[in-house]
Formats: sequence, structure tokens, C-alpha cells
Amino acid sequence: MSPVIIARNLHYKYEDGTVALAGVDFDLFPGETVAVFGGNGSGKTTFVLHLNGLLEGQGTIEVCGLPVRGETLKQVRQKIGIVFQDPDDQLFMPSVLEDVAFGPLNLGTPPDQAVERARIALDQVGMLEHQHKAPYHLSAGEKKRVAIAGVLAMDPEVLVLDEPTTFLDPPGQRSLTVLLRGLPQSKLIVTHDVEFARSLSKRAVFFEKGRIAGDGPTDRIIEQFRWIGL
Amino acid sequence: MHHVVLERWSRGTSLLHRRDARVKILSLLIFLIAVATTHRDFELPGLLYFAVLVGGMIAARLPVIGMLRRAAIVLPFSLTLAAITWISGEPRRAAMVVEKSFLSASAALLLVATTPLPQLLRGLEMLGTPRFLLMVAQFVYRYLFVIAEQAHRMRLAALCRGGRFRPKGGFRSAAGTLGVLFARSYERADRIHRSMISRGFEGHFNLLSRPSLVWADAGFLFLTAALVAVIRV
Repeated sequence: MSPVIIARNLHYKYEDGTVALAGVDFDLFPGETVAVFGGNGSGKTTFVLHLNGLLEGQGTIEVCGLPVRGETLKQVRQKIGIVFQDPDDQLFMPSVLEDVAFGPLNLGTPPDQAVERARIALDQVGMLEHQHKAPYHLSAGEKKRVAIAGVLAMDPEVLVLDEPTTFLDPPGQRSLTVLLRGLPQSKLIVTHDVEFARSLSKRAVFFEKGRIAGDGPTDRIIEQFRWIGL
Repeated sequence: MHHVVLERWSRGTSLLHRRDARVKILSLLIFLIAVATTHRDFELPGLLYFAVLVGGMIAARLPVIGMLRRAAIVLPFSLTLAAITWISGEPRRAAMVVEKSFLSASAALLLVATTPLPQLLRGLEMLGTPRFLLMVAQFVYRYLFVIAEQAHRMRLAALCRGGRFRPKGGFRSAAGTLGVLFARSYERADRIHRSMISRGFEGHFNLLSRPSLVWADAGFLFLTAALVAVIRV
């Protein structure tokens, strides 16, 4: 089985000269869930932003067999769904249903089918009854679920979640774990939460100074990098 | 917050709520033009315009007192103008400035309180308002709450460290807070844009549905125009 994400020798430097990625090699296989650990500024989020072409560095990335570059970006962004850390950044439409239908409409789906896909996605995350609400009337956990629905409505093959447990209370975290376990997509989960990662992924990678310093079973990675606060 | 209350009111199901947004916007325009161009003997027409508005509020099952209190937000501005007019020796005109501004604000509020924002924006778009302006309005409405919360948290943090927001000595810290708030809002705008691009945004919003006019909408527009014309004449 060929990987759904292939990154080779990825380098990226910010405008102020900060080296964010210094040669990242990474594969994600179909159906796999991988936790991404690393300290602040280690390059995790920069790496995620490369996966759908939001940032463009040196090296190569392939998502579901498509090289990530100008002419393939539309397809790539359908294949890989990114759920950002703060759901308020992701829920910008006036109502939940409109927000979830935003992606399918951009893909050219006719409005009635886009609504249908949005409703299916909302049902999948248990938020269908809130479809007519305004996003700011939702709790943090509900907002996170709607943000995930917004990505699921695009029918992606890979889900990338950037620090999904931020802003969530323990019941919210548990309910998110159950939700993510039930989703069939390959997943990349950027997190600082060791227990959350352990409950979802068998494999983990550890970012340090823009490189992957460790890649292996989650328990081993946690043990290996415990000395630097993991 | 005002806009949360308005949001709740706008989700009603009355006959007025169910009218097409375009028809309600056009009715508002007709009403505003009629009010603005009624010059002589405004007492009786003013009362009749007011009665039309109150009738609309009752028909929409909205709290009349609450609506009028919110519309009164324009009074400090119009009273200033009225005071100047009064001093220059035109007391009747001064009274008219206050009455007209209050009527106009009440009418605009009635539109906003009976039309959910997405429908209102869609209606404005279909009537030819530039999309860019509507996008700005939509984002301001959506993020007003988020930015206000952020400002509130920053104010608390400043107060905890002995900061002051009083005129004497407080303007400097308030200006600093505003600067930080602007920078944070700018960063948030960048993150929102990224999340939009990630979901295939290519520069314009696609509509979920295009509303169609029914006979009741045409009837409503005709009725408003006729009523307002009779009062005006």
C-alpha cells in the first residue's frame, strides 16, 4: 500500500531567517493515525501548513498520489482536511449549516447536494440538531465538532488536526477521542497531550529543531523524549 | 450584547419574518424616503409613521418597548443636531430632526430584527450591493463577539496588574491595549484566511440557495408603499 502522505527532504525558512523545517522525511499510510509531538517552535505547525500548500518550501510532498503544487492545490485541498487549533478561526459563516457547506460549495457541488453533504457530516459528529445555530452560540467542544464536520463534508482521505484538545474540558476531550476513533480517514494529530495521543495512535513522531528526531510506536517515543518534557 | 438579542429576534416565524429580504429592504427604503421628504406639518404624519412601525413590531411579535429602547440609541446624536437647530431659532425643525431620526432607526431595526443576517446579506447582494462590502459586514458581525471577549480578557489582565482605564492617566494604557487588540485581530484574520483557503475558497462566497419571491412578498411591498404614500400625501 502506497502512503497517502509522502514528504521528502522538506526545508522551510521564514522571512526573518528562522529555519522552521530542516529536512523532514515523513510517510503516512492509509488508515494509519500518527501523533506529532514536539516543543513550541519545533516545526510541527509549519509542516502541517505545507501539506495543503499553504506554505511552500523546498523538497517534495505528495498527498494521495498528487504532488502538492499550484495546479493540483484544489484537488489536494479536497483530499486533505486540516482542522485548525482555534475553531473560531474556522467557523466564519453566520450559521453552522452554511459553514459546513462552505467547503463542498467551493468544490463546485450544487447547493442542494452541498446541503445534503453538510447534514451528513453534521450527523457524523453529532451536531445535526445545531445546524441553524450561529457558531458563537456553541460551546468550545461543539465548535470543534462543527469544525471537523466542515472538513468531513469535503470527503477527505486524510485528516490533520492541529492541537485538537486545546480549549476542551476533560469530557470534551473524551468525546473528541470517541469521535476521532470512529472516523475511517488516515489521521495526523499534532498534540502536546500524551494521554490523548496514546488513546488514538499506535505511531508517533517527535519534531525537534525542524527535523523528525524520533519515529516509532507511541509508547516508545513518549518514553524516549520524556526527558525533554514529553 | 445587542447583536445576540437581535439575532434571536430575527429567527422568529411571524408573517413579517417570512417575507423575502429584498422586499423588506425595498420597503425600508420607501419608508425612509417618505419620512425624509415629509416636511410640513410633521406631527400627524409622524404619529402615523410611528403607528405603522409599532404595528409592524406587533405583527412580528417583537417586544415594542425593547425595540424602541434600542432605537433610542440614535437620540444622543440627533439631540446634538437638534440642539444646534434649536439655538439657531428653528424649534419645529429641531423637533423634526429628533422625530425623523428616531423613526428611521426604528424602521431599520425592524428590518434587522425580522431578517436573519445571512438572508439580509443575500437580499442586499441580490439588490446589487457590492460583495466586498457585504463580506466585511459579515465578518465584523461574526467576529465582533470574539474580539470583544478578547478585549475584556485584556482589560481584566491589565486591572489585575494595577492598570487603569480612567481618563486621567488611563488613555495611554487604553491606546496600548487597542494596538495589541488590532495586532491580534490582524493575526486572527490571517488564520481565518488560511482556514478558508484550506477549504477551497477562491475569492467569492457561493450561495446555498437563491430565494424566490412569492405573491405574499409582492403584496407586502405594495401594502407598505401604499400605506406610506397615503401618509406622505
